[in-house]
Amino acid sequence: MSAVIENHHEDHHHGPAKGITRWLYTTNHKDIGTLYLWFSFAMFLIGGAMAMVIRAELFQPGMQIVEPEFYNQMITLHGLIMIFGGVMPAFVGLANWLVPMMIGAPDMALPRMNNLSFWILPFAFFILLSSLFMEGGAPNFGWTFYAPLSTTYAPPSVTFFIFSVHIMGASSIMGAINVVVTIMNMRAPGVDLMKMPLFVWSWLITAYLLIAVMPVLAGAVTMMLMDIHFGTSFFNAAGGGDPVLFQHIFWFFGHPEVYIMILPAFGIVSHIIETFSRKQLFGYSSMVWAMLSIAILSFVVWAHHMFTVGLPLAAEIFFMWATMLIAVPTGVKVFNWVATMFRGSITFETPMLFAIAFVVLFTIGGLSGLMLAIVPADFQYHDTYFVVAHFHYVLVPGAIFSIMAAVYYWIPKWSGNMYDERLGKLHFWLSFAGVNITFFPQHFIGLAGMPRRYPDYALQFADWNMVSSVGAFLFGFSQILFLFIVLKTVMGGKKATGQVWEGAKGLEWTVASPAPYHTFSTPPKID
Amino acid sequence: MFFKLFKILKGKAIPFYLLLISPALSADWFALNMTRGITDISNEVFELHMLIFWICVAIGALVFSVMFYSMWAHTKEKNPVPAKFHENHKLEIAWTIIPFLILIAMAVPASKTLVKIYDDEAGDINIQVTGYQWKWQYRYLEDDVSFFANLSTDLDEIYNLVPKGENYLQEVDEMVVIPAGKKIRFLITANDVIHSWWMPSFAIKQDAIPGFVNTAWTIVDEPGIYRGKCTELCGKNHGFMPIVVKVVEQAEYEEWVFGKRQEAIKLAELTTKEWSAEELVARGEGIYEVNCVACHQTSGQGISGIFPALAGSDIVMNNKDRNIEILMEGVQGAAMNSFSYLSEVELAAVITYTRQSWGNADKGDGEIVIPKDIVDYKEPKI
Repeated sequence: MSAVIENHHEDHHHGPAKGITRWLYTTNHKDIGTLYLWFSFAMFLIGGAMAMVIRAELFQPGMQIVEPEFYNQMITLHGLIMIFGGVMPAFVGLANWLVPMMIGAPDMALPRMNNLSFWILPFAFFILLSSLFMEGGAPNFGWTFYAPLSTTYAPPSVTFFIFSVHIMGASSIMGAINVVVTIMNMRAPGVDLMKMPLFVWSWLITAYLLIAVMPVLAGAVTMMLMDIHFGTSFFNAAGGGDPVLFQHIFWFFGHPEVYIMILPAFGIVSHIIETFSRKQLFGYSSMVWAMLSIAILSFVVWAHHMFTVGLPLAAEIFFMWATMLIAVPTGVKVFNWVATMFRGSITFETPMLFAIAFVVLFTIGGLSGLMLAIVPADFQYHDTYFVVAHFHYVLVPGAIFSIMAAVYYWIPKWSGNMYDERLGKLHFWLSFAGVNITFFPQHFIGLAGMPRRYPDYALQFADWNMVSSVGAFLFGFSQILFLFIVLKTVMGGKKATGQVWEGAKGLEWTVASPAPYHTFSTPPKID
Repeated sequence: MFFKLFKILKGKAIPFYLLLISPALSADWFALNMTRGITDISNEVFELHMLIFWICVAIGALVFSVMFYSMWAHTKEKNPVPAKFHENHKLEIAWTIIPFLILIAMAVPASKTLVKIYDDEAGDINIQVTGYQWKWQYRYLEDDVSFFANLSTDLDEIYNLVPKGENYLQEVDEMVVIPAGKKIRFLITANDVIHSWWMPSFAIKQDAIPGFVNTAWTIVDEPGIYRGKCTELCGKNHGFMPIVVKVVEQAEYEEWVFGKRQEAIKLAELTTKEWSAEELVARGEGIYEVNCVACHQTSGQGISGIFPALAGSDIVMNNKDRNIEILMEGVQGAAMNSFSYLSEVELAAVITYTRQSWGNADKGDGEIVIPKDIVDYKEPKI
């Protein structure tokens, strides 16, 4: 480890290279973090544009703007792009920027692999998006790509989809290995495991989840590839295969994947609430244990996505109880955040607003998740808009709000400039209103009986669908303001101090703003 | 896209919808909550739903009120010096144990209801439900009745050319008829991709999976018409394969079964009748619209890259035997399934229709297929 530090010590006076090669060849964790964040933002806008198409079609009953065939392509790509292109790379970007600075390391442990894991991503999404222009159109079987709709009955572009998923998986696995190796080997002396910032803890756990489940996803798509091109029948009942097997494999990946998209958010929100409450986090160790238990439980609840496939009674009961158990550690986290704010000295800067909205709206999403765990009730909720409302509540004002909170919180450290607080607050309130107007009515639509993935619907769902669409347009267009705020901050603005926030604690606040190209070439002293 | 949207916004629907947008005024409670349903089980599920709903509301209210109190009382202005406390084992144990107990209070009644739902003995009437892209087939196993149910909403309604009817997208050409007060068991499966048979009023949702038979049962006491939907993405027309069940008194049910059997006998007689090309084409058009149009399109052009064109197709125009073979056996590895479940008359008519339409008759051999051809095809295989 000392060798690594010395190497960086020698070239610490080297600044970034000039021009495009700086970004192509970079092995610097800050540059790669920036690349990840911009990439995910671009994907967020593309996936968001698709959501606008979906909501425009659903604005009124009847088919107006797109055909059902294209509608299915939109819902599929929207899901895939937001998950694999939006949320996951954004968290990897944040990990790149923050993990080394938070543990007092000079860089990520595997910088060249870091470059590779980012630069294969644009190819993956280029392939995925290019399928829109192929004969037969883009994948149209939903982001969950259940066989045999995604095998025997899929458009020819499914092969490109499989290749693209493989690349995304390889990128995620490399990114995760890098995070684990960095955290395990490069902590500055004195940064013990139980002294690590919670964001680092959340990412350590996330990285293990990624390493465990991305190969399972790769296995699922490879079996699809075999079924489509090499005459096997893994998922084809007519050949002795089993379509339900696909769902077991998929959700064994898919459920931990859900926590991959929320654990780093837990870390982020913990830091922000602590900072703006000016008070120590209520229970650090219980937060760590809660995240660990959530991660472990995530491996034994997958079939709660499959309550209607005809599982035996014993399996239904097991998966119901196991799923409900997750509410306990999740509750511990929410109670901790509230207890941290209690009798604190709170101010409401933009990151704090997003963090508070996260706690409230994520909790609503968590509670509807609890309702979905109740099997007999799930027979009514399953595959309706109630589910759509539930997972958008945990992913949009959950994962995405946490990412926005993180950007506002750390952008002064990244760019050296303060963002415009007035515009930031405006962005928050527009997003907050937009998200709730979009997704809250979807609970009603779902309970009243509208299935998800429907391009058209019966007349009794018309009112709330229109409200939902109006909210979606509001939320969508508010993100242009976000882009503007970020650009404005990067290009100039009030200079930030090193400390930036009065209540902020952690090693990243001990360096100057903007953070120098190389930080902690010699390990910091920890008291 | 935005141009079209703008046109809709400009349309006269707008003042009407502005009224509706003030939600609480127009949307009644039933548009906001789960349907209570009409069976014992569906009522139990509804009660369970309301129980967990109110528990969740209570938890949310408690947590958020503490949080909002802090946001109001513990701002930097009102409380410039933050408290120093952290970690309190008694509190932490309490907020682990209490939620755990609440969860048990929810899970126990849920498990009990589930056990009832899984009581899976044979019903008085067993109906096999088979999902197809994009329709449902119902076979009454005891009564020897079998039919398909297709969406009966007019395409013009879907494409906004005429006003939408009251049961827009919730109506079918043939309802499932069941008698009141009898235990009905549904045996649910699929022919192509996975579908899901959902009838909210009975609280039944079971996936229809090729190669599997899932079961569900119900006893409905109240005669009436109940509407449900497909709830597993099954392709292009996933949103257009509704379910309608009509519950009638026993006597009416028996009458219906008798009528269905008479229909089947009449259809069988048609097989031996002498057919002219015109008669077959006229009959075939309707069958084409119900069974083929979704993929091959009204124009016979298919969809480039996914569904082949029939207009100008060499097989359709010149290869009568292969024509019959494809309809009977399907095409391996493609979306084209076997349509052997159609009657001989229907198959002959629809094949003749495709051979005679879109100028195919002039370009190809123009021969017609009669029901006897289909019977002959089936013969050697038996």
